[in-house]
Amino acid sequence: MSVVLQSFPLLLQGLILTLEITAGGAVLALVLAFLAGLAGTARSRILRAVSRVYVEFFRGSSALVLMFWFFFALPLIGFRFEAVAAAIIALGLNVGAYGGEVVRGAILSIPPAQYEATIALNMSPALRMRRVILPQAWASMLPPFGNLLIELLKATAVAALITINELTFVGQQQRAATGESLPIYTTVLFMYFVVAQVLIFGMRRLELRTARSLGRAPAARRGRRPALAGVGDGGGSGGVG
Amino acid sequence: MQWDWNYAADIMPRLLDGLVVTVSATLVGYLIAVVLGLAIALLRRSDNRAVSGTVRWIMEFIRSTPLLVQLFFIFFVLPSFGVVLSAFTAGVIGLGLHYAAYTSEVYRAGIEAVPKGQWEAATALSLSPGRTWFGVVLPQAVPKVIPALGNYLIAMFKDSPMLFGITVVEMLGAAYQIGAETFRYLEPMTIVGVLFVVVSIPASILFRYLERRYGH
Repeated sequence: MSVVLQSFPLLLQGLILTLEITAGGAVLALVLAFLAGLAGTARSRILRAVSRVYVEFFRGSSALVLMFWFFFALPLIGFRFEAVAAAIIALGLNVGAYGGEVVRGAILSIPPAQYEATIALNMSPALRMRRVILPQAWASMLPPFGNLLIELLKATAVAALITINELTFVGQQQRAATGESLPIYTTVLFMYFVVAQVLIFGMRRLELRTARSLGRAPAARRGRRPALAGVGDGGGSGGVG
Repeated sequence: MQWDWNYAADIMPRLLDGLVVTVSATLVGYLIAVVLGLAIALLRRSDNRAVSGTVRWIMEFIRSTPLLVQLFFIFFVLPSFGVVLSAFTAGVIGLGLHYAAYTSEVYRAGIEAVPKGQWEAATALSLSPGRTWFGVVLPQAVPKVIPALGNYLIAMFKDSPMLFGITVVEMLGAAYQIGAETFRYLEPMTIVGVLFVVVSIPASILFRYLERRYGH
C-alpha cells in the first residue's frame, strides 16, 4: 500500500497530462468531425469526395501507427512535432474521422418534413442548418460522441509508447522503479476507470439537457419552464451547444 | 531526406514477417473474443443478480480502461502470481479479453432482438434451457450479428500494434527495430501505415456491405 501512496502524486501528474491530451484530441476531433460531417452532406460532389477520403483513410488507419508516423517519420522530411502535439494530432485525426460519420449520419436522420418546413418558411440554408437541423442532429450525435470520448481517453495510453509521460508511462516508470507491478497497475486502471465514469456521467447530463431544450424530456425544475408566452419564438432550438 | 525505394524493398521481407505476427495475433485474439463474448452475453442473462451484476461491472471496467494498460497488467503482474506467459500469448489474451467486452454487447443486442414469441413457444414446448438457447434463440440471434462482429475484427487488427508495447515484434515493432538500426524511420513507418490502411479499408467496406445485405 505504501508504494501506491509514494507513487500516487506522480501518477496524478501523469493523469493530468492524460486529461490534457484527451481534451486537446477531443477539441480537434470535434472540429474535424463537424467539418467532415457537413462536407459529407454538402451538395458539392468535390466536398463530399474530400470528406469521404478523409473519413475512410483515418478510420482505416491505426491510431498508434499514425502517432509513430507523426513522431518518427515526419521529422525526417522536415515536419518536427512536439511529442504531445504528435499525439493530439494523431488521435484528433483518427477520432475526428469516426465523428465525421456520426455528424453525417445525424444530419441525414433529420426527417425531410423539417427541411420542407424551413423552405416553406423561406429560411436561408445557413439559418436552417443553425436553427433547425443542427439543434436536432446534435441530440442524436451526443450518445455516439460519448462513446468516442471514452475511446479517445483509452487511446491516449498509447502516447506512452512515444515517451510522453502521461499516466500509462508514469505507471511503467513506477513499476520499473519499485518492482511493485500489481498495486501500480491497479491504481492506474482505476484512475482511467474513474475518469471514464465521470465523462460518461457528464455526457449523460448533457444528453438530458439537450433533450430538454428540444422539448423531448421533462423540464428540470418548474421555475425554469418557459411561460406559455414564449411558445411563439421558436424556443425549442434554444440553449443547445 | 529522400524516399529510397531500394531501401524500402530491402526491409519489405522483415515488415511482412511482422505482418504475419500481426495477423495471427489478431485472428487468435478474435477467436477468443468471439467465444468468450458469447459466454459473457449468456452470463449476463443469468437469473442470479449477483452473477449478472458482477459480470456487467467487470465488462464495464474492461471497456473503460486502455487495452495497453491491460496488456501491461497481464504481462507484468501475472508472473508474480506464478503465471508466466510469453509476450505473444499475453498479447493475444489481452486483445481477446478486451474485445470480448465489446462482442458480448453485440451478442446481447442480437439476443434481445429475438421476438418474445420464440421464447414463449420454447416454454410451451417445454424445451430445456439448453435446447431453448442452442436450438431456438442463438441460431436466430447469431447470424444477424455476424457483420457487426466483423467490424470488431478490423478494430482488433488496428489495435494489435499495441502488442509492441509488451515486446511482441509485430509489424510496428519490426518497423521500429529497423528504424532504430538504420536511423531511417520514414520508409518503414510509412510502409506499415500504408499496409494497415490497405488491409483495413477494403475489409471495412466488405463488412459494411454484408451488414446492409444480411443484417437486420
